[in-house]
Amino acid sequence: MIAEFGLVCLWLAAALAGLQLVAGLLGLKSGWEGLAVLTRPAALVQALLCLVSFLTLVVLFARTDLSVALVAANSHSAKPMVFKLSGTWGNHEGSMLLWVTVMSVAGGLIASVERRLPERTMLATLGAQAFVALGFYAFLLFASNPFERLPSPPPEGNGLNPLLQDIGLAFHPPTLYVGYVGLSVAFSFVVGALLTRQVTPDFAKAMRPWVLGAWLFLTLGITAGSYWAYYELGWGGWWFWDPTENASLMPWLAATALLHSASVLAARDALRAWTVMLGVIAFSMSMVGTFLVRSGILTSVHAFAVDPERGGFILALLAINIGMALALFATRAGTVAEGERFSVLSREGALVINNVALSAILGVVLLGTLYPLLTEAFDVRVSVGPPYFNPVTAIFALPMLLVLAVGPLLRWRGDKLARVRWPMVALAVLGLVVLAGVALLSDVGLLPLLGFAVAAVVLVGSLLPLKGRNLLRLPLATWGMVVAHFGVGIALFGMAADTAFQTERLVAANVGDVIEVGPWSARLESVAPVAGPNWTALEAAIAVRHGDGAETLTHPQARSFWSPPTETSEVSLVTRWNGQLYVALGDQAQDGRWQLRLWWKPFVTWIWYGGLLIALGGVLALLGRVLTDVRRRRASTLIAARRGDAEVAA
Amino acid sequence: MNRLRLFLWGLVAACLALFGLFAYQLSQPKDEFIQSAMVGKTIPQFDLRPAIEGLPGLSSADLADGRPKLVNVFASWCIPCRVEAPQLDALQRGGAEIVAIAIRDRPEDLAQFFATYGNPFSAVGADDVSAVQLSIGSSGVPETFVVDGQGVIRYQHIGEIRPEHVPLLQAKLQEAGA
Repeated sequence: MIAEFGLVCLWLAAALAGLQLVAGLLGLKSGWEGLAVLTRPAALVQALLCLVSFLTLVVLFARTDLSVALVAANSHSAKPMVFKLSGTWGNHEGSMLLWVTVMSVAGGLIASVERRLPERTMLATLGAQAFVALGFYAFLLFASNPFERLPSPPPEGNGLNPLLQDIGLAFHPPTLYVGYVGLSVAFSFVVGALLTRQVTPDFAKAMRPWVLGAWLFLTLGITAGSYWAYYELGWGGWWFWDPTENASLMPWLAATALLHSASVLAARDALRAWTVMLGVIAFSMSMVGTFLVRSGILTSVHAFAVDPERGGFILALLAINIGMALALFATRAGTVAEGERFSVLSREGALVINNVALSAILGVVLLGTLYPLLTEAFDVRVSVGPPYFNPVTAIFALPMLLVLAVGPLLRWRGDKLARVRWPMVALAVLGLVVLAGVALLSDVGLLPLLGFAVAAVVLVGSLLPLKGRNLLRLPLATWGMVVAHFGVGIALFGMAADTAFQTERLVAANVGDVIEVGPWSARLESVAPVAGPNWTALEAAIAVRHGDGAETLTHPQARSFWSPPTETSEVSLVTRWNGQLYVALGDQAQDGRWQLRLWWKPFVTWIWYGGLLIALGGVLALLGRVLTDVRRRRASTLIAARRGDAEVAA
Repeated sequence: MNRLRLFLWGLVAACLALFGLFAYQLSQPKDEFIQSAMVGKTIPQFDLRPAIEGLPGLSSADLADGRPKLVNVFASWCIPCRVEAPQLDALQRGGAEIVAIAIRDRPEDLAQFFATYGNPFSAVGADDVSAVQLSIGSSGVPETFVVDGQGVIRYQHIGEIRPEHVPLLQAKLQEAGA
């Protein structure tokens, strides 16, 4: 009965989304205002029902109810509880249910807390949100029902892909989903503003927390995904330009641009058309990414629920949503006036450069990801990898990061060169000194060399806005910006250092052999079998020592899961403040020696520390914006109340 | 504002074109096989020892003796190889000369395999580390190559030979000069 209850809730939620769409959009027409009052309650109840439906599925997974097809296909009674729960969204149907759940909860939140926008724009926004959601409800109910029963339950489930049985990955997809869905909310705001011709600073302010939230989750999701690929795949790399990675990077690039242009629109009423454009693009990129990953149209190491029929469904949703939004934008282009003017040397000017560069990088990544698909139509097979992506993205990214270092020092609207000349000269000198120093002292490639110089400029430049300010009175949003920009510098430094200075050893070792890698020496002590709850493994004991330091014992494993049978490599990592030793155990050769791969990766962890700092910046900014809103609202109710008292007294 | 409008309609058109491409690619059957880049080229030099007693091994020189042949890449441990055995038999009875490369195999297993499924091969070379297999651009078992009398690879068939493939392979052999 539990599964049927979940399905009923889902159908009811879909029906309420239909009501929300009709009430929201018809309520805009004169004579139909009566309907409009239904919009907010419909959004709220829909959120509740969808949440209940999702929790129902969680319960089914927790109890390993094998009469439900999805549970039987993706779970197993021997699996640890946390992975049973994460199995709920570790598959196509469950993840789509999570998607609509997050989406409807976001809709419910907008309906209950957003008070800044004109009521008509709110109605249109909620209507647009219901429209997008309905597409996904249809997808779930007609093409991927998560609650489908099996006529005869199997005795045991089919397990979960063991690669995905990892705590990092259990929370990586939902994090990205929250990001994607947040962008769908921004998209709804854009459509609402276009429908009612209200592309105003208030629209940007209402949309901004959602973009910030989405961007924050995407940042976390990408950082976690990169770390997962690094330690779980056993290849020692942190970014592969795989289509699946690009699918999450593209919405992030668009969201980063949108975040910055929304700030300009909110503060200065400029870049209206550009903000609208980015709002549409950011959501398109989430959908394009989902489509590329799910349809199996591109071959990827992450092969995930490949099904052309589902691909067709997502493609149809993509075409309908994006096609209609762009067409709406085109017909309303005349009403999205240009907004305020500004000079090139101004905060807006720097943000425009940032936006153009981010869009260019987005274009480069999109082209590289889709290029094999394009040539395949002409029967030519190519694969596009780091030799294209690394230099071509760097051409735009490195200058953009230089602008990032000085942009926040500039004033809005227009600034004088004389005022910012000295900080700019100082940053330029710093960059050149680092460039010359690294080039003289070591023999590194061009990209990491430039990376070091730009990282130094960004690290120092990002702190300059703090100069001369009272740190205790600095707005949280400004703190957020400083922390995020500083994180960019940290991450860039980590990337440059790892690329320039990592050392790798691939050896066949006997027990007792000592292997030198970078400043480390490692001695293979033993290899012995061990057993876990649903796997067995060969585990090596390797004593590693940094320089003359103390010995540490590490235990890399070659692990075999038995349901379904899969081999994974559990690498062991020894982390120091200045980098990581990465040890992976491979096969045994015929002569009894063990294949070992060791990397010394200087400062590689700084890449993810940087990612976390960027996300922390997002948290601070979001907190700052929300607290300011709450305070302002409280003040205005207070003023209204006093005015009311005064009127009564009069 | 006219320029913005023009740009936007252009973007709508570009998106539709892109979605069209997606739809087209989605409707295409996904081809998971990678054709060998060696088709049309001379087979690389190799000399494989006999994989089983009683039959000669295989070298690249054997493939340039003027008679076109089928080269079957197979293994006794490979399930689809069992499926294609009757078709190889039919081809051999139809007059085709078939030689084989046995991948990572053992003589006793091969003897068992031939006892059960018959042996259509006139020579079987042992490729213990897949070196020859990789050099001719074969990525799995079974695969069958048509090699002409000069030792040039003319055609590659990936996967097991099913009954409907027999005429095609015969035609390819004809083209190669049989």
